Amino acid sequence: MSETTLPVKARSNVSRLFFGRNANTVYALVLIVILASIFVPYFAGTATVSFLLIDAIPILLMAMPMALIIITGEIDLSVASTAGLSAAVMGVLFHDAHWNIVWVFVACIVVGLLCGAFNGILISTIGLPSLAVTIGTLALFRGLALVVIGDNAVADFPVDLTTWATSTIGGTGIPTFMIIVAVVVVIFGIILHFTPFGRALYALGFSKEAASFVGIRVNRSKFWLYVASGGISAFAGIFWVLRYSSAQSDSVQGLELSVVAAVLLGGVSIFGGSGGIVGVVAGVLIIRTVNYSLQLAGLPDTVLTIVTGTLLVLSVIAPSVTARIRRSAERKRSRTLIHDATAA
Amino acid sequence: MTQATPPAVYEPRAGRAIGRIFVSREFSVFAALAVLIIVTEVVNPRFLSAQGIKDLLLNSTIFVIMAVGQALVIITKNVDLSVGSILGLTAYGTGAVFATFPHIPLPFVFLIGIVFGAILGAINGFIVTLAGVPALVITLGTLYIFRGINNAWAGSNQYFVGNEPAEFGNMSVQTLFGIPWFALGALVIVIIFAIYMFSARSGRDLYAIGSDTDAARLFGIKVNARVVGAFVACGALTGLAGVLYASRFNSVGADTGTGFELQIVAAVVVGGVAIFGGSGTVTGAAIGAVLLTTMTGALAALNVSKFWQQAIVGVLIIAAILLDRILSIRTARKLRVSEARNV
Repeated sequence: MSETTLPVKARSNVSRLFFGRNANTVYALVLIVILASIFVPYFAGTATVSFLLIDAIPILLMAMPMALIIITGEIDLSVASTAGLSAAVMGVLFHDAHWNIVWVFVACIVVGLLCGAFNGILISTIGLPSLAVTIGTLALFRGLALVVIGDNAVADFPVDLTTWATSTIGGTGIPTFMIIVAVVVVIFGIILHFTPFGRALYALGFSKEAASFVGIRVNRSKFWLYVASGGISAFAGIFWVLRYSSAQSDSVQGLELSVVAAVLLGGVSIFGGSGGIVGVVAGVLIIRTVNYSLQLAGLPDTVLTIVTGTLLVLSVIAPSVTARIRRSAERKRSRTLIHDATAA
Repeated sequence: MTQATPPAVYEPRAGRAIGRIFVSREFSVFAALAVLIIVTEVVNPRFLSAQGIKDLLLNSTIFVIMAVGQALVIITKNVDLSVGSILGLTAYGTGAVFATFPHIPLPFVFLIGIVFGAILGAINGFIVTLAGVPALVITLGTLYIFRGINNAWAGSNQYFVGNEPAEFGNMSVQTLFGIPWFALGALVIVIIFAIYMFSARSGRDLYAIGSDTDAARLFGIKVNARVVGAFVACGALTGLAGVLYASRFNSVGADTGTGFELQIVAAVVVGGVAIFGGSGTVTGAAIGAVLLTTMTGALAALNVSKFWQQAIVGVLIIAAILLDRILSIRTARKLRVSEARNV
């Protein structure tokens, strides 16, 4: 939280690794998995791994650029619509224009990059509020998906591709596609945590003015984040189409809120300036695990949204409430100190 | 989030009052609405038939009432994304009320809907103010929670399928001089809230909170109480909209109102309420809501493919934000010049 002004002792790297906010999210995930394995019948097994992870893939992909964007203090609500537009383009180019599937993929990614660049220009160059802009492009990109593909659904994609998208590695139950996702996650982790560009994003989230004074190119950084967000979202759209072997105008609809929920649950502050990739990955998996185990326990799908919502609210209230408690304890301590000093 | 440019307020000379109406943000939205209606009417004369006007007004009513509530919240620099779910819950709740008490007097139905909505709004308001967390996140969470409760409650059940009870269903089609009662009610609500926001102390407080929350607090405004009040008002108005929805449409179930939140926020932004608080009017938001609903009808009347509708709504939102930006830059420049002269 950016408003705590306590004199906190800087943590060593080791203690941060095991006791930081990121670590807490991972512990929570491990605890949930253990509890689910004990109490939910049929949870422990390779089928769980494959079902759980394959549904996590699109959210996990889109959560990566989203985490970076929220760390800079902005937001991108248009990710699911960008994915939907790229899915629609994929369907039309493949089915109606008979493009080679490789060129179809390239075209989809380019569409996503252009969507991201459009957001980026409006937000960084013109300086419009990202919340309002991306609500607008959420409607615009979804609308363009409707224009492109209309009421049709394209389902005749090459069978070996669609089976590959849902295949798993050997007997482990881990989806093959997860390898690509892991590479994306690692790349984003390295960018955020180990490059000057990534570290600058935190500075940006704390204070834009201060960041530009120390020489960070605020607008350029933001622009490229949105371009990345568009590209990755388009990629998630491609995966979505292959996984469900169908491209429609409402592909990936409504997923933006799950993505934002997962990122915030993963410990990224909505005020910007803090959070980490490990926590975000754990956040995505927590949401998926809780949902999946409750599904196995027999709760209907539709009711599960209560769980997602509660997790989201709790994850933002908890740090804020603990910060408040700590602040009041601090105030009490300083008051007694003053009292002692004046008495002496 | 990016800082919105501070809303510029300057003292106009008395003679410019009329001129000011024409450059106001509300007027530009109204002008856009007028152009849209005239163009559509010229191309397709059936657009403004008695029935066409009635449909237009009825369709706008629900969005106008919700937009007024949302505007109050957005002016305080918050946002309520859970309105679609609140509408769903109150509409379904109305059905449940009729199922339990088939002969309940209609005023009680409205009262129950409004109070139910107000309670849901109060939940939002209290969490937001007590936890000190952005409303965007909290109401995103309650969007899910309220929707989940609605799903659990409704299952696959649907109310009002046969437009029963007839007395309740007929309310939405009754008119006064060709104008639906519902639309007149919405107009009264807009006027009441416009006067309240313009002249009441607590209404002005909402603008102060939205412009600079810390300054408002230092000034002695009870920020938390006012913000909770705005959320309660938004919930109550959405609850009212839910009852009207139940009267107008004959299938109310688990997914009623899904996705309304973005359309409502869009209407409010198009109507000139700054997304980061402190400026804009309830009237503008209401006109924005009418503009968005009219757009849907107009596109159908103009024979534009229905597939283009949503894309055009998106363009409209972005155009509105761009316009706000340009206007605020111009006002800021004008202010600089006039202040320099005063020295």
